[in-house]
Amino acid sequence: MADVVVEQGRLARTASPRKRASLRNAMGRKSTVAFFLTLPLILLIALLVLYPAFYSVYLATLNKAMTKFVGLSNFTFLFKRETFWMVVRQSCIFAITAVVFKALIGFIVAHFVHNIPGKKQRKWRGMLLVPWVIPPAMSTLAWLWLFDPSYSAFNYTLSFFGVGPIPWLGDTFWARFSVILVNVWYGAPFFLIMYLAALKSVPDQLYEAAAIDGANWWQKIWHITLPMMRNIIAITTLFSLIVTFANFDIVRILTSGGPLDRTHLFATWAFQVGIQSSDIPLGACVSLFMVPILAVAAVFILRDVNKRGNEA
Amino acid sequence: MADVALRKVVKRYDDVEAVRGIDLDISDHEFIVLVGPSGCGKSTTLRMIAGLEDITDGDIMIGGDVVNDVPPKDRDIAMVFQNYALYPHMTVAENMSFGLRLKHYPKAEIKARVTEAARLLDITDLIDRKPKQLSGGQRQRVAMGRAIVRNPKVFLFDEPLSNLDAKLRVQMRIEIKKVHQKVRTTTVYVTHDQVEAMTLADRVVVMNKGRIEQIGTPNELYHKPATRFVAGFIGSPAMNFIPCRLEDFGGALQIRLTDRIAFALPPARAARYNALPRSEKLLLGIRPEHLTESHAHLGPGVESFDTVLDVTEPMGMETLVYFGLEGTPVCGRVDPNAGAADGAPMRLAMDLNNMHLLNEATGAVL
Repeated sequence: MADVVVEQGRLARTASPRKRASLRNAMGRKSTVAFFLTLPLILLIALLVLYPAFYSVYLATLNKAMTKFVGLSNFTFLFKRETFWMVVRQSCIFAITAVVFKALIGFIVAHFVHNIPGKKQRKWRGMLLVPWVIPPAMSTLAWLWLFDPSYSAFNYTLSFFGVGPIPWLGDTFWARFSVILVNVWYGAPFFLIMYLAALKSVPDQLYEAAAIDGANWWQKIWHITLPMMRNIIAITTLFSLIVTFANFDIVRILTSGGPLDRTHLFATWAFQVGIQSSDIPLGACVSLFMVPILAVAAVFILRDVNKRGNEA
Repeated sequence: MADVALRKVVKRYDDVEAVRGIDLDISDHEFIVLVGPSGCGKSTTLRMIAGLEDITDGDIMIGGDVVNDVPPKDRDIAMVFQNYALYPHMTVAENMSFGLRLKHYPKAEIKARVTEAARLLDITDLIDRKPKQLSGGQRQRVAMGRAIVRNPKVFLFDEPLSNLDAKLRVQMRIEIKKVHQKVRTTTVYVTHDQVEAMTLADRVVVMNKGRIEQIGTPNELYHKPATRFVAGFIGSPAMNFIPCRLEDFGGALQIRLTDRIAFALPPARAARYNALPRSEKLLLGIRPEHLTESHAHLGPGVESFDTVLDVTEPMGMETLVYFGLEGTPVCGRVDPNAGAADGAPMRLAMDLNNMHLLNEATGAVL
């Protein structure tokens, strides 16, 4: 389409005065057209992403009162704090555990849904997507009720089996378990839908060829499904890792980082340090730590994605 | 290697009967081609032999054993798919050795078999490439290689050449024939292309609407079709069917095509058709090559008539001529130098020694 437009532009130009020719030439070039077409998005990204990013780097170099440039001393201060390293550990445990379970559950459920015939499949797909489309702040409030130590449905049900009451959000282990559970519940449908799409793009004949070659169901998954889905798995995992790593709402609503900071993630701790304790430079400093960790993860996960690109 | 037998095999999908009770015996080393228009059940039949489709009724036997409930992986068959179905993430060698690796063959033997098959198919240089780096014809060879290395009881081909261009198709057809001459594995080959069927098969199975119309060698099907469907399906351009009836004329039997045109039948044909009722509606089946330009000395049983051509198609080695006989379009094949031209009158000759007579209502060849 763009070609045609440009061609028409060129035809119109031949009749135009010569002095404007160079400007018009520049306007007519494909790269110029492309630049102007993407300009609104570039401006939006600059305004909402680049500016805050650089601003937070700037903030991280100020003292608590934001009056003096202190260089890297905020960072060295953080490195000496026990809580910081606990948050690093917790963020990693939280993100990796949650993503692994989301991926596993998504993969298994995607297989089941994939094998449901036609119309019924649409219904199941719709129902299974519900956790993902509810605003997480709202669904987490519902979970908060479920986790209530005295009146909740969970502890009430468990009491019939002589179990509990379990202090879901009051005990370190159970609090970590609960925030991960809610995150998995919220995020698994995303994996489900991505894996389902990937499954549908694997030609049936590959499975038929594998069946004739002597593969059982497990060998089909290992030798056909997984290699064919490698790119989707890599990209989905990276994407989810970023979102999970940067999670704020679930932890904020369920535990606010407690008990004893044992469920804090980078985002919630940055919020507590920066906003609630009014040390904005230190908070900015905490939030900046996500960048190098995620960058390393991205390099590892996306390695070879380009190379494998379109083997099919 | 083994023989294959189908006994009253039926395949029903909900309310559609795709295959309606097929009986077929394929002997060891034989090359059988299932041919028919799309939707005739030929691919379904092949997939039932492969075990990719359950059979609704009947029995399928491979090497004497009923395999109805045996999964594909235990049937010891190999299949070549229309779109090749190569594993895109594996190299050519990995694709070919996949089945052997799953069965834990020793590495040395796998290598030997892959090397041998690659040599046979002339793809030795491609062995480390991925499928996307191959052309259509090369992929086809790899798909065949994957079948050959397994050394299965039966080869199944599901329209393997339909994705190739015309020239490559002819080349691969010859290739497949050569491979079969060397490997001699029992082969079932599905195609909608009657030329492929005729050129490859030991015996051709013509299918239509879920049933077998006729089984025979390519020559039998061509010269002695059993039904109108087979007569019309085999041969290109297709056989002409001209409405006609039988008449007695001066003690001899003659066939009347139009008010103007009637031919005396050759003695052998007259004897064969004499018992037929004269009132019956019949069709004269005559292939285009038996409708040629007329010349001075016509042999016995060859009759000439005048017509006006509608369209001519010069093919180089021959010219196809189209004309109407009382509304029925008819095609003939004449010498390119016979002077055929669009809209021009022409005297043609019909070789009645090669005619077929069909019952118009039942389609049976009489």
